[in-house]
Amino acid sequence: MTVLVALPVLLPLAAAGLSLALGRFADVQRVLGLVVLGAIIADAFALLYIADTQGPVVLQMGGWPAPFGITLVADRLSALLLVVSSVVTFAVLIYSVGQRITDYGRERSSTTFHPMYLMLCAGVSLAYLSGDLFNLFVAFEIMLSSSYVLITRRTTSSRIRAGMTYVIVSLASSLLFITMIALVYASTGTVNLADLGQRVAELPDGLQNALALLVVIVFGVKAAMVPLHFWLPDSYPTAPAPVTAVFAGLLTKVGIYALIRTQTLVFSHDESWNLMLFLSLITMIVGALGALAQNDLNRLLSFLLVSHIGYMLFGLGVYDVVGLTGVILYVVHHITVQATLFLVSGLVTRHTGTVALTRMGGLARAAPMIAVLFALPALSLAGVPPFSGFVAKLALLQSGVGAGTWTAYLVTGVLVVTSLLTVYAMARVWTRAFWGQIKAPEEDPDPTDELVVGTGTSNRTMVIATGVLAAASVVIALVAGPLADVSGRAAEDLMHGETYRTAVLGGETGG
Amino acid sequence: MTTINLTMALVLAVLYSVGFYLLMQRSLMRILLGTVILGHASNLLLQVAGGPPGRAPMLGEARPEDMTDPLPQAMALTAIVITFALTTFLLALAYRSWSLLGDDEVRDDVEDRRIQRLERQLAESEEDAEEEFGKEATQ
Repeated sequence: MTVLVALPVLLPLAAAGLSLALGRFADVQRVLGLVVLGAIIADAFALLYIADTQGPVVLQMGGWPAPFGITLVADRLSALLLVVSSVVTFAVLIYSVGQRITDYGRERSSTTFHPMYLMLCAGVSLAYLSGDLFNLFVAFEIMLSSSYVLITRRTTSSRIRAGMTYVIVSLASSLLFITMIALVYASTGTVNLADLGQRVAELPDGLQNALALLVVIVFGVKAAMVPLHFWLPDSYPTAPAPVTAVFAGLLTKVGIYALIRTQTLVFSHDESWNLMLFLSLITMIVGALGALAQNDLNRLLSFLLVSHIGYMLFGLGVYDVVGLTGVILYVVHHITVQATLFLVSGLVTRHTGTVALTRMGGLARAAPMIAVLFALPALSLAGVPPFSGFVAKLALLQSGVGAGTWTAYLVTGVLVVTSLLTVYAMARVWTRAFWGQIKAPEEDPDPTDELVVGTGTSNRTMVIATGVLAAASVVIALVAGPLADVSGRAAEDLMHGETYRTAVLGGETGG
Repeated sequence: MTTINLTMALVLAVLYSVGFYLLMQRSLMRILLGTVILGHASNLLLQVAGGPPGRAPMLGEARPEDMTDPLPQAMALTAIVITFALTTFLLALAYRSWSLLGDDEVRDDVEDRRIQRLERQLAESEEDAEEEFGKEATQ
């Protein structure tokens, strides 16, 4: 049974190699990718069921006992995120296959896309499952290295420019990550997350805070937390739509996951963590205001992504079971919705040939299907009932009101304002792109502003894949009850690390 | 609690500062050198974190308390491989940038360029206004 934990990492890794070897057979490559990602969905659901009913599933790689060997752990949080991620990666792969077939024909195979995409999925799964800090670093590197290739594929000068910013910032944060691991190891003598929780508690307060802050910075860069967010709105928009969708949906959320995991299991905080509340406040505001200033649809969505990262930091800042439940619900909701929005943005830009909102118009009449597909996730992101965003936001608001400190009240207020700004930003997109006169694609007056991207046709596969993800957001709202229960239990586990520690280290906890 | 060798601490400080200084440069080649040096710095830090050197572990020739801690070495080895791979990727990116754009500079982002353009336009229109004002004054 424990082999189930290794499958989400091993399957895509093996498939990536095979896919590279089968580079000449386009159809085989596509089927292989879809089968493997489909298998991971099934595996993730099984893991979630087992983790929820029987406790965390733990695999000690190579039989080395923790805390010496590499440990893979699937507890409720990891398994839940794995389920959502695998569904999103599956849908995005379908979209991307559809897009490649329309653009290059069915015969044309890709030597880089499929292997790199599978590597990315392996990295994401490993990040959720890894039970030690160094393995988490390796997971981030697998994920980031493949993302470097995906973001700079088919290099144009704009992609080179955007890719450079992305690669350099990520590299710098990775090097800080190694530094952080070295410092943690020097002060505690272990990198196992379960073991670290006990050892860190024995350290002097100053050292604990310094290490916790370093961790916040390292994962803050990955999660695009203001003021470490500047690379995101600059680099994401230039990549092809499916790549941006999976980056926006997953990569930042892996950063959030790592932040949640380390700050609950390894470090512990007071009842409400004011630094994190403050960071969430500026992240929400800067992101929302940045989004309002944009004319470029993809940049607008990227800034909204940053803004909503603040929501997740808020729940972590409140630092109680209700807050963490809210974060988990929000992460689940946001992964699907943000990925859908970028996929729809891909459909929109292919239809209009531009990402500039001022040059779009009348899409609601010209392409009603795209309009519906945009409206669903947009309303959900804004938190309008009955969509998933409402459920997640309600949980966060409850935690903010329940926390009872004035900082929490303040940030809760800002959260409501930011929601309104999100509605406003989405309404702007709606009125400019979907209402008004239908505009024909025109000549590019200024080639340097990277606003005109060229039209393309969208086939039914792409629309269906986007539709599936948009529907997933509605499904999340439909199963909100059971989902909130699981999230609540996962948050309970996070706040009291004993379940995790006992599962990883065996019976010798508390010593 | 292990004590740290002063020489090592100084070497690390120099490596980190040189690395971060180079990382903040405009040219991708210098940034590349910066990441290489920062990579060395962090790997050295991992080694230092493992405590003072001792006998070879795993072979069963020494008592456990005399052995070097093998874990940081394993981690450093992994980190070296990863930084090596990323260095080659950055080299390829620098080459691609050179062949596409004719240089390997990291560009300003779109937003910055838009603001710069606005600023230029504003300055130009102000100059025009001043010229006209000057003409009117002399007439």
